[in-house]
Amino acid sequence: MTDISKDQVRHVAHLARLAITDDEVDTMTKQLGDIIHYAELLNELDTTGVEPTTHVLDLKNVMRKDEPRKWIDREDALNNATDHQNNQFKVPTIL
Amino acid sequence: MSVFDYTLEELQQKLHNKELTVTDLVQASYDQIDAVDDQVKAFITLNKEAALKQAAQLDQEIDQNNHPLFGIPAGIKDNIVTKGLRTTCASQLLSNFDNPLYDATVMERLNKKNVITIGKLNMDEFAMGSTTENSSYFDTRNPWNTDYVPGGSSGGSAASVAAGEVFFSLGSDTGGSIRQPASFCGVVGLKPTYGLVSRFGLVAFASSLDQIGPLTRTVEDNAYVLNVIAGHDKMDSTSANVDVPNYHDALKKGVEGLKIAVPREYLSSQEGIQPEVREKVEAAIEVFKSLGATVEEVSLPHSKYAVAAYYLLASSEASANLARFDGIRYGKRTDHAENMIDVFKNTRSEGFGDEVKRRIMLGTFALSSGYYDAYYKKAQQVRTLIKQDFDKVFENYDIIVGPTSPTPAYKVGEKIDDPLLMYADDVLTIPVNLAGVPGMSLPCGFSDDEGLPIGLQIIAKHFDEQMIYRAAYAYEQATEHHKKRPVMGGAK
Repeated sequence: MTDISKDQVRHVAHLARLAITDDEVDTMTKQLGDIIHYAELLNELDTTGVEPTTHVLDLKNVMRKDEPRKWIDREDALNNATDHQNNQFKVPTIL
Repeated sequence: MSVFDYTLEELQQKLHNKELTVTDLVQASYDQIDAVDDQVKAFITLNKEAALKQAAQLDQEIDQNNHPLFGIPAGIKDNIVTKGLRTTCASQLLSNFDNPLYDATVMERLNKKNVITIGKLNMDEFAMGSTTENSSYFDTRNPWNTDYVPGGSSGGSAASVAAGEVFFSLGSDTGGSIRQPASFCGVVGLKPTYGLVSRFGLVAFASSLDQIGPLTRTVEDNAYVLNVIAGHDKMDSTSANVDVPNYHDALKKGVEGLKIAVPREYLSSQEGIQPEVREKVEAAIEVFKSLGATVEEVSLPHSKYAVAAYYLLASSEASANLARFDGIRYGKRTDHAENMIDVFKNTRSEGFGDEVKRRIMLGTFALSSGYYDAYYKKAQQVRTLIKQDFDKVFENYDIIVGPTSPTPAYKVGEKIDDPLLMYADDVLTIPVNLAGVPGMSLPCGFSDDEGLPIGLQIIAKHFDEQMIYRAAYAYEQATEHHKKRPVMGGAK
């Protein structure tokens, strides 16, 4: 049985880009642990040689021609952003 | 009698006979919303001005149109993108997403038939939940008794139809989110075969499971709506390129000679099926028999593993899909960030509710290095076994029948603090999503003490929605449950 530690919870939160408080770490450690223990019910089943299902329909890659077409205007695209400048989305300094 | 007692066919007749105008219907919707939505709380955003304007226009065109959806007021779940109309997914993160730039394909199709969008419906945030209590705005209540939950995640979609606020609605179903609220609110809800209805413009939760479907008062109305929204869409690469039949044509074929399978797991007290629910479903099975169908017990032996597999798979897909919400291009960005990583982290932590965070965390964990094979891949293998269970039954049977949910609606607050207890609610609906087959919930009775609706689930093989409609219509015509309405105040 896998237990999940507080450090693991902090690590996963970082990977998921979530800021979590110490209280949330405590709650999350317990809740995730419970859910993961429950999920280990699946280990009752021998799945050796069973193909995983990623998708229920037998679809192959769907390709389309790479052709330009009219979609949305730049002005509209920027309109829903909190911050933009010179026709670009604006974010804090990265480098 | 209220206009909401009419079927879509009857409404078209009345529009053409000039007994009613489209404006009357739209006004009736908003009057009922004014009268009851402070109790039901189904709507997050209303579209009143535009809807009335559209109605006035359509009233000029009625003589040139005879489509059953012409001028019909509908509600849309708030995870379906509507051009120029706020789309929030019931999340704070999208509370300022006032001006979506395009319409979902289902909206384009409804708009082409002149359906009128009355407003956007409440839901569990990003469709994660079974009660609509995970909405970051407010709880929606069950119109049959407002102390009770309407189910979820399409709680607003089911409650608005049950309360007579709209003539139909669209919901989305990833693990039961159309069928379970339809069951709790006593309406007809269909989750189509995966790939039948385009997901373009549906805000993605779990892309291999999500489907949009209609919630209606009657089986016939449901078929009319599916006729419009089903079909291949080049904007959704997982959309199935199959011929779409006229579902209405299937309704009156009857069930004589049909072979119906009843999975013993679906009536078992081990899965928490309440005796009362079992009783109503068994009574429904007797109705099918009396109409000439043969009924046999079968087994879906991997049913008990479905919930565990589902929460690993759906959460994994959600953790990837919800990575797009970063506060940069749209959505509410945090005010507290000095650097880029903090923009992401604080935007997401301030914008997402607890259940959404929990599932993102679970999914990120299941996909992370060292755990992928043990959890994610294992769950995908179990999904194969569950799908094979259904394939095997459908070799010999036309439909599968059972309850939609183990219980009728329960009280607001009863399960919200225990995620695992809440997840177990979906035990009878989740296998259908994992297998990708279509499933419908329709009313089959009411609980004895509280008079709350109980839902019958009908499942068919891939792309055999016609068979579902056929069986559901025969059952509905032989019974009276769909004629009962919740007693609420409001417009008559």
